[in-house]
Amino acid sequence: MSATAAQPEATYALRPPFSERWRQGMRALRANPTAVVGLVIVVALVLIAIFAPVIAPYDPQKLDMEVVSQPPSSAHWFGTDQFGRDVLSLVIWGARLDLFIALSAVILSMVVGTVIGAVSAYAGGMTDEITMRTMDILQAFPRFIFAMGIAFAIGPGIGTVVIATSVLNIPGYARLMRSVMLPARKSQYAAAATSVGGSHTNVLFRHLVPNCLVPIFVNSTLQFGWAILEAAGLSFIGLGVESSAAEWGALIQLGFQDFNAGHWWIYTFPGLAIAVAVLGFNLLGDGLQDMLDPRRQ
Amino acid sequence: MRMLRYILRRLLFLVPVVLGSIFIAFLLTRVVPGNPIERVAGPYASEERVLEMKAEANLDKPIPQQFLIYVNDLLHGDMGMSYTTAQPVGKDLKERFPASFELVMFAIGLAIVLAIPLGVVSAVKRGSWIDHVARVIAVAGVSAPIFWIAMVLLSIFYGKLGWLPGSQGRLPIIMSPPPHVTGMYTIDALLAGDPVTFKEALRALILPVLTLALVSMAPIARMTRATMIDALDSDYVRTATSLGIPRRTVVMKHAFKNAIIPVLTLIAGVIGYAIGGEVLIELIFSWPGLGLYSYNAIMSADFPAVQGFIILATCLYILIYLIVDVITALLDPRVEY
Repeated sequence: MSATAAQPEATYALRPPFSERWRQGMRALRANPTAVVGLVIVVALVLIAIFAPVIAPYDPQKLDMEVVSQPPSSAHWFGTDQFGRDVLSLVIWGARLDLFIALSAVILSMVVGTVIGAVSAYAGGMTDEITMRTMDILQAFPRFIFAMGIAFAIGPGIGTVVIATSVLNIPGYARLMRSVMLPARKSQYAAAATSVGGSHTNVLFRHLVPNCLVPIFVNSTLQFGWAILEAAGLSFIGLGVESSAAEWGALIQLGFQDFNAGHWWIYTFPGLAIAVAVLGFNLLGDGLQDMLDPRRQ
Repeated sequence: MRMLRYILRRLLFLVPVVLGSIFIAFLLTRVVPGNPIERVAGPYASEERVLEMKAEANLDKPIPQQFLIYVNDLLHGDMGMSYTTAQPVGKDLKERFPASFELVMFAIGLAIVLAIPLGVVSAVKRGSWIDHVARVIAVAGVSAPIFWIAMVLLSIFYGKLGWLPGSQGRLPIIMSPPPHVTGMYTIDALLAGDPVTFKEALRALILPVLTLALVSMAPIARMTRATMIDALDSDYVRTATSLGIPRRTVVMKHAFKNAIIPVLTLIAGVIGYAIGGEVLIELIFSWPGLGLYSYNAIMSADFPAVQGFIILATCLYILIYLIVDVITALLDPRVEY
C-alpha cells in the first residue's frame, strides 16, 4: 500500500465514487465466505449488545429465590444461576460489557501503540533504538502473567481489565506501525509535505499516519478476539470485573463455584458466547488480512 | 566455535531485557495500594511490631534503594520470604516447578506430535476432510477460553462418564508421591518401578494435558499448514517434482525442511502462552504447580512470591526463545550468526 502510494501515477488517480468502492468491497467479500461468516457474527453481536435491554427476557440482576439453579427450561432457556438470575439474560447483557471492554482495550492499545511506533520510526536513531528495546522488554513477559501482574497492581475493576489487556498489545501495534511507517517516511508525499513547510507533527500525523492505518485496523479485528479472551480470563480468576457483573468470564467463575453440583448450564452458555464472539472476530480479521495481502489471494 | 560466540552474544543482549523485566516485576508489586505487612501482621499487631517487620522486609527504605537490595539479593539466589508459606520464595518455586514442568512438557509434546503432521497432511491434501478437521481444531482451539475447555472436559470425563479423576491434583489423596528424583511423578514412579502410582499419576495428567495441548495445537497446525502450502507452491519444489523425485521425498525432504523453521519460532510463543494458561488450568484441576502458587500469592498480596514468579516465568520464556533461535540458526543456513 505504502509502496504504491510512492508511485507518481498514484497521485493523479481520482478516488473512485462511493458506489464503485462499495461494489468492489462486496466482490471481495463474496470471494471470501469465511470473512462473511465472521462479519455476520460480529454484526449480530453488536446488535445484541445495543438492544440487550429489549432482547433479554428478564432483568439480569433480578434475584429470584424461587428458581435457584434451575436447568434450562421453556421459561429460562439457559437455566438460572445460584441466585435465581436468568442465565440467558446475563449472557445477552454480557455481550454489552465484554464488547465494551474489548473495544476500549483495543482502542487504547491502538492509539498508544500507533503513536509510539509512528514517532519511533519517524524520529529514528537513538529514540527508535530505546523505544524498540523497551517494547522487547514488555514482550518478554508471558502475556497472561503480565496481565495478572498489572491487574494485581491496580486492583480489580472494569478499568483494570481494560488497562491490563491493552498494555499487552501496545508493543504489537508499535512494531506494526513502525514497519509500515519506515517505508512511508521515505515516500514522495512525505517529502512533498515537508518541502511545503509542514512541521514534523503536521507531516507525521496529518500525512503519514493516516496512510499507514489500514493494516492497523485489520490487526485490531484480530486483537478483539484476544482482548475478549484475556478480559474473560482476568475476570475468571477474580482480578477483573466484580463477580456479580453480567460478564462472560465472571459468569463462568460462578459456574465453577457450583461445578461439583453438576450445574453445567451456568458456565457452558457464557463459554459458548465467548467462543462464538472470538471466532467471529478471528474469521473477519483473517478474511480482511487475506484481502489486503496480495500474496495470500 | 562461531556458534558459541553467537550464543554468548545473544546472552549478552538478554541482560538488559532480563534487568528490565525484573524492574517491571518489582514496580508492579510496589504500586499496589495497601501495605502487605499490615495484612501479614494481622489486626492485633502493635505499631512497633509492624514497623519492625517493615524494616526487616526493607519496606521502610526509598524505592530505588529497595530495588537495588532486591537485585543484589537475587544475584545471591535470594528471592525473599513468602508471606503466606513463610518459606524462601526460591524454595517454594523450586518445589512447585516439576509439577508445572511435567504438565507443560507433556502438553507441548502432544501438541507438536499431533499438530505438525496434521498441518502437513492438510497442506498436502488441501480441501480434503483432514484439512477441514484441522481447520475446525485450529479455529476452536484459539476461540474458546482455556479455562472453559478445561471445565467442559472435566464435566464430561469426570462428571458424566467417571472415566478420569476430577479436580484432585497430581495423585488421589490417599496415595503418597513416589520417591523424589526428578519431581515429575510419572517419571519418578517409573524409576521406582511402581506401576500403580505411575498409572494414577498419568490418569491425573490426562485432562489438564489435553486442555493445554488442544489450545497449543491450534496455532501450530495453522502455521504448519500455511508454511507448507508456501513451500509446496515454490519453484524449488516444482523443480524437484519435475526431476522425477518421488512425491513423498519432495514433501518430506524439500518442502518440510523449509516449512518447519517458522513453526519453531511459533512454538516458543506457544510455550509462553502455555505458561500463562497454566495459571488457569492449575486453578481448575487443583494442580499444585507454579500457576496455582502464583494465583494464591496474588490473592493474598504476597509480594515476594508474585515478584519471584513473574521473574521466573519471564526468564523461562526468554530462555525458550534463545533455545529456539539457536536451533533455527543450526538448521537454517540462511541465518547469519
